[in-house]
Parts: sequence; C-alpha cells; structure tokens
Amino acid sequence: MNALTGRRYVIAGIFIAVGIIYLLRLFYIQVINDTYKLSAENNVLRYVTEYPARGLVYDRYGELLVYNEVAYDLMVTPRQVKELDTADFCRTVGITKEQFIKKYKQARAYSPYKESVFEKQLSKETYAALQEKLYKFQGFFVQSRTLRKYPQEIAAHTLGYVGEVSEAIIKKNPYYKMGDYIGISGIEKSYEKELRGRKGLKIMMVDVFNRPKGRFKDGIYDTLAISGLNLVSSLSAKLQKYGELLLQNKTGSIVAIEPSSGEILACVSSPSYNPNLLVGRERTKNYGKLFVDNRLPLFNRALMAYYPPGSTFKLINGLIGEQEQVTSRETRYPCARGYPVMGGKPKCHPHPSPMDLPGAVSTSCNSYFCYVFRSIIDNKKKYPSVVDGYNAWREYVLSFGIGKKIHTDLPQELPGNVPTQQYYDKYFGVNGWKSSTIVSLSIGQGELGVTPLQMANIMCSIANRGFYYTPHIIKGIGESKQPHPEYKIKHQTKIDARYFDPIIDGMQGAVDHGTSTAAKLKDIVICGKTGTAQNPHGKDHSVFVAFAPRDNPKIAIAVMVENGGWGASWAVPIGGLMIEKYLRDSISKPEMEKRMLEGVVLSTENKSKKETDKK
Amino acid sequence: MRKSQRGIFSNIDWITVIFYLLLVGMGWINIYASVYNEEHQLITDLSQKYGKQMIWIVTSILLATVILIIDGNFYAAIAWPLWIIVLISLVAVLFFGTEISGSKSWFKIGEFSVQPAEFAKFATAMVLAKYLSQLGIKMTDTKTKIISTIIIITPIILILLENETGVALVFISFILVLYREGLSGNFLLFGMLMLVLFMLALLVDKLILLIVLFSLSVILFLFMRKSRQNIFLLIGMIVVCSSVIYGVDYAYNHLQPHQRKRIDVFLGKEADIKKAGYNVNQSLIAIGSGGIYGKGFLNGTQTKYDFVPEQSTDFIFCTVGEEWGFVGTATVILVFILLFLRILFLAERQRSQFSRIYAYGVVSILFFHLMINIGMTIGLAPVIGIPLPFFSYGGSSLWSFTILLFILVKLDAYRLDILR
Repeated sequence: MNALTGRRYVIAGIFIAVGIIYLLRLFYIQVINDTYKLSAENNVLRYVTEYPARGLVYDRYGELLVYNEVAYDLMVTPRQVKELDTADFCRTVGITKEQFIKKYKQARAYSPYKESVFEKQLSKETYAALQEKLYKFQGFFVQSRTLRKYPQEIAAHTLGYVGEVSEAIIKKNPYYKMGDYIGISGIEKSYEKELRGRKGLKIMMVDVFNRPKGRFKDGIYDTLAISGLNLVSSLSAKLQKYGELLLQNKTGSIVAIEPSSGEILACVSSPSYNPNLLVGRERTKNYGKLFVDNRLPLFNRALMAYYPPGSTFKLINGLIGEQEQVTSRETRYPCARGYPVMGGKPKCHPHPSPMDLPGAVSTSCNSYFCYVFRSIIDNKKKYPSVVDGYNAWREYVLSFGIGKKIHTDLPQELPGNVPTQQYYDKYFGVNGWKSSTIVSLSIGQGELGVTPLQMANIMCSIANRGFYYTPHIIKGIGESKQPHPEYKIKHQTKIDARYFDPIIDGMQGAVDHGTSTAAKLKDIVICGKTGTAQNPHGKDHSVFVAFAPRDNPKIAIAVMVENGGWGASWAVPIGGLMIEKYLRDSISKPEMEKRMLEGVVLSTENKSKKETDKK
Repeated sequence: MRKSQRGIFSNIDWITVIFYLLLVGMGWINIYASVYNEEHQLITDLSQKYGKQMIWIVTSILLATVILIIDGNFYAAIAWPLWIIVLISLVAVLFFGTEISGSKSWFKIGEFSVQPAEFAKFATAMVLAKYLSQLGIKMTDTKTKIISTIIIITPIILILLENETGVALVFISFILVLYREGLSGNFLLFGMLMLVLFMLALLVDKLILLIVLFSLSVILFLFMRKSRQNIFLLIGMIVVCSSVIYGVDYAYNHLQPHQRKRIDVFLGKEADIKKAGYNVNQSLIAIGSGGIYGKGFLNGTQTKYDFVPEQSTDFIFCTVGEEWGFVGTATVILVFILLFLRILFLAERQRSQFSRIYAYGVVSILFFHLMINIGMTIGLAPVIGIPLPFFSYGGSSLWSFTILLFILVKLDAYRLDILR
C-alpha cells in the first residue's frame, strides 16, 4: 500500500496544475487582454442620437412658412429578424422581393446587430398598414424623423430645401453623421447652424435582444438634444404669393425691400416650383425633373440672373453727375431724337427738348444722360485722363452695391458686373477708348450686369437718399428677434442726400405723367423708373424700379420680365400692383390685375411678340 | 459509539463544512445577481430562482444534518441497494420522465423537477468504494478491473440513453479513484492519450495526423532500437493509434447528420450550431470585461442582460468573473482547490478503506465538474452542460453534491469509532 499512498501527490498535483492553468488563463482574459472589455461595451451599449427639431420659419406677420412633419423610417436589426412572410412584407411596404433582398443584405453588411434604415420615409398610409402587422416582422421597427413642410407653397428658392449630408461634408465637418439632414439651399443652407439645433446623444444599455434596459450610468454621459432656433423672415407671405401669381406664365423676377431696414419683403423668381416637391423620398426624382426643365425653375433669377439695368441706370448717372457738379436740377441738354455728339446715337424717342434733370428722368431721355456721362468722365479739370474719370465714376456705381456681392443672407448670390478699366484696356487697347466708346453705360446697356436684388437695393439707396442696409431675408433669429448684426449697418453711397431730390422728382414725374403711368395710384406717391433692357438674344426685357411712398418710403421694388418688351408693358403694371398690395392690401385696378395674372410671356420671341401685339 | 453519542457535530471536519458554506453562499449571491431585476428584490421571492435556491440551500443543510445524525455504518451498508434503486429510477425516467430541452431525465413533481442522474453520482461512488474495499480485492486483477468498469459503465449507458451526455461524462472521473487504488498509471496516460487522439482525429486532417505520428515513431525508434521489447510496444502503439484515427474518422463519417453536428459543437468546430460557439464567446466577453476588481455586485451588464446563456446554472462562473473580476474568480478557484486538497487529506487519514475510496470518489467528481464547468466558460474545455458544484442554481445538483460531501464528512467524523 505504501507505493500507492504516494499517488495522492500525483492526484493533488493534477488538481493544483489545473488550478494554476485556469488562474493563468483567467489572468490573461481578465487583466491582460482588453478586447473583451470593448466587446462587452459593443454588446451592451447603444449610442442613440436624439435628433432635435429643426427651427421653424415664420413670415414678418407671424405666418408659418416652414415647419416639421413627422416621417417614419423603417429600421431593421438583422440579427433579430426571424422568419417572416416576405411576400406580405413587400406588399405592405411597397417594395419588390429583389429590393427586399438587396436592402436586407445592405443592412446585414452594415451590422447584423445594430439597427439601420431599411426603408426611408414611409407614407402615412404605409405606416398605418405596417404598424398593424409589425408584430409579425420581428427585427423591424419604425423610427420617426422629421421632414420639412412648406404650408404656403411659396418662395421655393428663398426657403431652399434640406437633404441628407454628402460624404464630402461629413469628412469636413464632424458634426454630421451618415443620414443626417442638412440645408442645401436657401435659408435652410445659410441658416443651417441656427436651424439645426444640437443633436443629443443618449447612451442606452440593451439586452441580448436589443431591448432597451435603461440609461448607461443613469445618463451622466448623455447630452440633450437642443431644438433649432426659430427664424422670423422679413418676407410677407401675402406679397410673395401675389408676386408669384403675377409672374406666373412669365419668366422674370420681383424683389421688394423695405428701404428703412433692408428687409426683403418679397423675392420672386419665375418660373418657380412647389417647395414641397423637394422633400423626402420624392426629392431626388422631382429634383431631376426640375433640373432638366429648360425653363430653369431651379435657377434663382432674383439673385443670380444678370440683366442690363437699361434706363433705370440713368438715375445713378444723374446722381453721379450732380455729385460731380457737372449737372444739376436746372442743367439742360439737347436731344435730337438721339445723342447729337455721336450723330444721333444712341437714339431717343420723341419728346420736348432740351429738358432739365427731372424731366429727363421722367421722359427717360437717352441723350441727356449721354451728356452727363461724358461730362463726368471727360472732366479734364478734375481727372487728367479718361481712365481716372472712369474709375471715379465706377467707384460711385459700386457704392450702390452693384458690381460686387452685397452679402445678403441667401446663398448663391452673384456679384453682377460693372466693367473695370482693365477690361476696356484689354478690349479696346490702352488709351483706345473714351466716353463715347462706352457711352452705352450711360443708359444702362453695354457690359453692365445687375441682379434684380441689386436693382431693388439701388431703389432703397435712392428712397433713403443715400444709404442702404444690406438686404436680408431673416429679421429675427430665435429669442433675440434680431437679425445678424451686419444687417444693422448703414452703407453710405457716395452721393450726398441733397442731390436726390431732382432725381426723385423725375421718378415721381415718370409715374405721374411720364413712362410709368400704369403704376400710378391714388393718394400714394410712387416714384419709379422704367427700363427696357436690350437683349441680344431676343425680345427686350421689361424693367421697372420704384419705391413708395415718396416720403418715408415703405417699399422699394424691382420688377424684371424677360422678353416683356417695353418697361411699361409688363414690369410697370406688375410693380404698381405689388406696391398697392403691400401698402393697402387691396387692388384698385382689377382689370389690370386680371390682365397681368392671365398674361403669358413666353421666352420664345415669336410668341411673346404676339402677346404684346394683342394689347 | 460513545463519541457519537456526545452529539452529531463532534469530530466534524469544520474546515470542509466552512468551505462548503462559503461556496454555497457565494453561489447564491451570484445567482441573485444573474437573475436580479428591480421588480423582484425580495430574496425569498419564490417566483425567482434565488428564492427557490434559498429553499434548496435550507433543505440541503437539513439534509446534511440528517446525514450527520445517521449512524456511520449505515452508508457502507446501503451502498448496493441504493445503487440498484438509482439504476431503476434511471430506467424508469426513460419511460415516465418529462422531457426538458431534449433530455428525458427529469421527474416532475409539482413545481420542482428531480433528476435521478444527479444521484447516480454519489451512489456509484459508494458502490465503487464498497466493492474495492472488500478483502482480497486487488486493482491489478483483471476481474477487479472488469467489475469496476461495469460499475462505472452501467450508469453511463443509462444516462446516455437519457440524452444527458454531460452528466454521463462525469463518471469518467472515477478513473482517478481506480488509479489511487492501484490501477497502472499507464491507463491514466493511455486514457488521456486516447482522448487527445480522438479529438485530434476529428479536428485535424487524418493524413497530417498520421504523418506526425509516424515521424514521432521514427524518432522514438532511433532512441530505443536496442530494446526489442520496446520496439514491439512501439509498433503496437502505432497500430492502435492509426486504427483509432481511422476508426474515429470512419465512425464520424457514417454518423447521422445530427449526431455529427453534436460532435462538431462539442469540439467547437462549428461555431453557431445550437449557439455553442456564441455561448463561449459571450462567456469570455463577460468574464474578460470584469477586469481585476470586477464591475461590482449587480453591475454586470453582460450577465444581467442575458448575453450569456444559462447564466444561473452552467455559466454561473461568468457572473463571478464579470461582477467580481479576477479577484473573485481566483478566490473561487482557490477555495475549490483548497477544498479538494482538504478532501485528499481527509481521505488519507481514514482507517476504513471504504471511507478512503469514497473520499477519492467525491473529490474526483467535484474536480471533474470544476474542470469542465470553468474550463468551458474560459474556452479551455468543450461546452458540456454540467453544473459548478455548490454554485450553480438547481435543487437536484445541490442536494446531490451536499449528500456526496456530507456522507464523507460523516464518515470522517466516524473514523475514530471504526475498529474500536
């Protein structure tokens, strides 16, 4: 037996050996190796993003322009998916079996145990039908997201739209994650930071079936979602809608601004589209349709289209002339149905001659302003060379906020064009040009390019007698009810206030008894100026700029109707209606309104000719 | 006899009892943690597992007291009849038992279920001790070997029929008892070799295995070419090994698909069949995430949120690992090993052979459970569903382990009265 009692040590040895092996193994997996700790967190922690409500947008009278509507995303957690009736599922959700297989594979590839979007933005009907059957489709659930909704169906270009962030943005800005929404154009883009709010993060613990089991560490690492700020737009929904109606079946733009603040009251670009088309699931499809439409409905003419300002530019030349002391209220220049200096070119229409400055404005005399322009630039006493004269003139022009971006709060704004000295040097050669070479600038033609927004802004400067506030579309951000501070800064033009009266007199005359009588209103003094912008590609554009009332102006407006012919034919009546609508909220000339609403101005030259011939 | 009259608790080995109470207590705390939820916090809530386990613990202690009261001679006397009764109930359960998750091994009595296979463990330990302690029995005799094998194999076969592979495997541990009683160490080695070969044959390509085997033989041959006897032995081993490899391969390929799958899972070859691979992975994550000091009582996320399956029974060790960390797991292993060494000490101080052999039976069974149960949770043993002694939730297993251990405590307390 003695030999065998030694065997107890063998057995004890086996026990101890196994004990030591297990202790070492435990030491390795519990103390040395960290991967299990990470796996444990992966198992149990779910980072749930809390999406804040995007800010709402109101018009200046408190009418809702943009709000959020709940949409339902169908989510899937592949590992929890049990056998299901695929045919029934596809029928309910409205997809094909192939799509189902594809989407399911995508979701599985993303992660078998984390949820991902299976089908975006179900319609309410689909959601209702699905909700009843959801218990049969294990692993699927519905998550609500918000979609933008535009109840007024107006101002599509201005309000813009939101869409999912692109990968380029995700790379640049870590705030955004796959599937987040971001403003892509309009206010949605320029006020993205204010509107989006701040996402919250909730760390949830889940069990093996991904069922929530409460907050991680009682939520001490959670952050709350903070709703986006509400914005008050300076737009008047009523005026905007009216402007869009007036421009229906026409191509063009209307911009109306409150001169005393720079607040944009209406910003119409026609043709437009229903902003609700660019929301949700249908967005890509609709965007494609709008994109290929040859009437360019996506193009925001109010901020992006360059037009020669035509005769409306005479106002600026008149003002510069006065400031430069080369003309004054009483100064008279001859007109021989054209500019005598250059053998009657540019031509002019018949009117009494010679006229003083207000008269020249009222009748829109071409010759007068050619003289003024020459006097400014060829002022040998003040400027040794034409170039110096031209640069001085150009500085004046730029001070009205054209030829450069004025930095409004809408994206896509373009600077317009006021040719530089270098441009002419290159085109005509150094010393190869003088005032007569570029005389078309005096009547707003030639290389000049101005956007409708800039034209309206010029009106603001004149209405204010010498200054403007940068036009802006948002007058109140969040609780502060204040716009961005830069929109409270007064921009002075280089024209002294006292020089404005002769020009304004002329503008009043134009409406009272001159070229713009169609805009005339009882009891409201409107100051306006027509323009007929020469268009090398087809029929001239019809232009009208105005502000009203003369004293303490409430609205400045620029109307542009492409291929509309004379200013008086379309732009003036439309401008008059807009002013009356804004100031009085009623229309005193229903026949004119009817004619404007029903009028069709197509951009093809023949058709537009027919239209104007009818009158 | 006089001594036992002094009271049932005299001469008791308190160290063993304290280890027992320690393990049962730690087990209950971890069962509480693993099934804890806020709605049922009362520790005596009978709808919850910890409430039921509380009943099992109380009854187990009563059972232990009864065992200590009963005369020390009684156990050796009832060994055979008890074994027969257990065998009969093992057969009966095949006909009258309730099937629970694929195993027909439970008698359902009201709310509670009893598994006769659990009781076969100590009954067999007792019978083996009874048989081997008879005068004139020598382990080296072929007859002894055969009868011992029959004693061990009979319950194995019945339990296998019930589809309780895990419990059946426990009986293999009796080889340690036979070894202590004189079985050649070669059997131990040979047994281990066959086990390793069996697993390798299923896991590794048989051609590679044969090449390795052959190269090893060549090396061995070069060492011992002088001894003719050894060369014969070597050749014999090669033949046996090769036939085992081929035999296993052949058998494996001619199994029913579901049986083959079961073997694959057993070997961890197929990860997700019956979620066996998943279980081990989750178990490792739970234990590994515990770190040195653990996440704290009731703070285990992996176990609490059901990532680990069977967490109150077979995978209870995960809760220890996650909530108490390495400190906890090391403590548990240490307490077990110390208990085993204590039992070995008790075994060797017995005067009666029956007591000694029985003690070895007890420690073998406990050790096998510990090795397989903890081994599977840390990925060192195949996933075989057997409980961790004293720890895991379950009445049958706690009762059976308590009876197993306290018969030994009684026998030890009674040792001085023997041969008086």
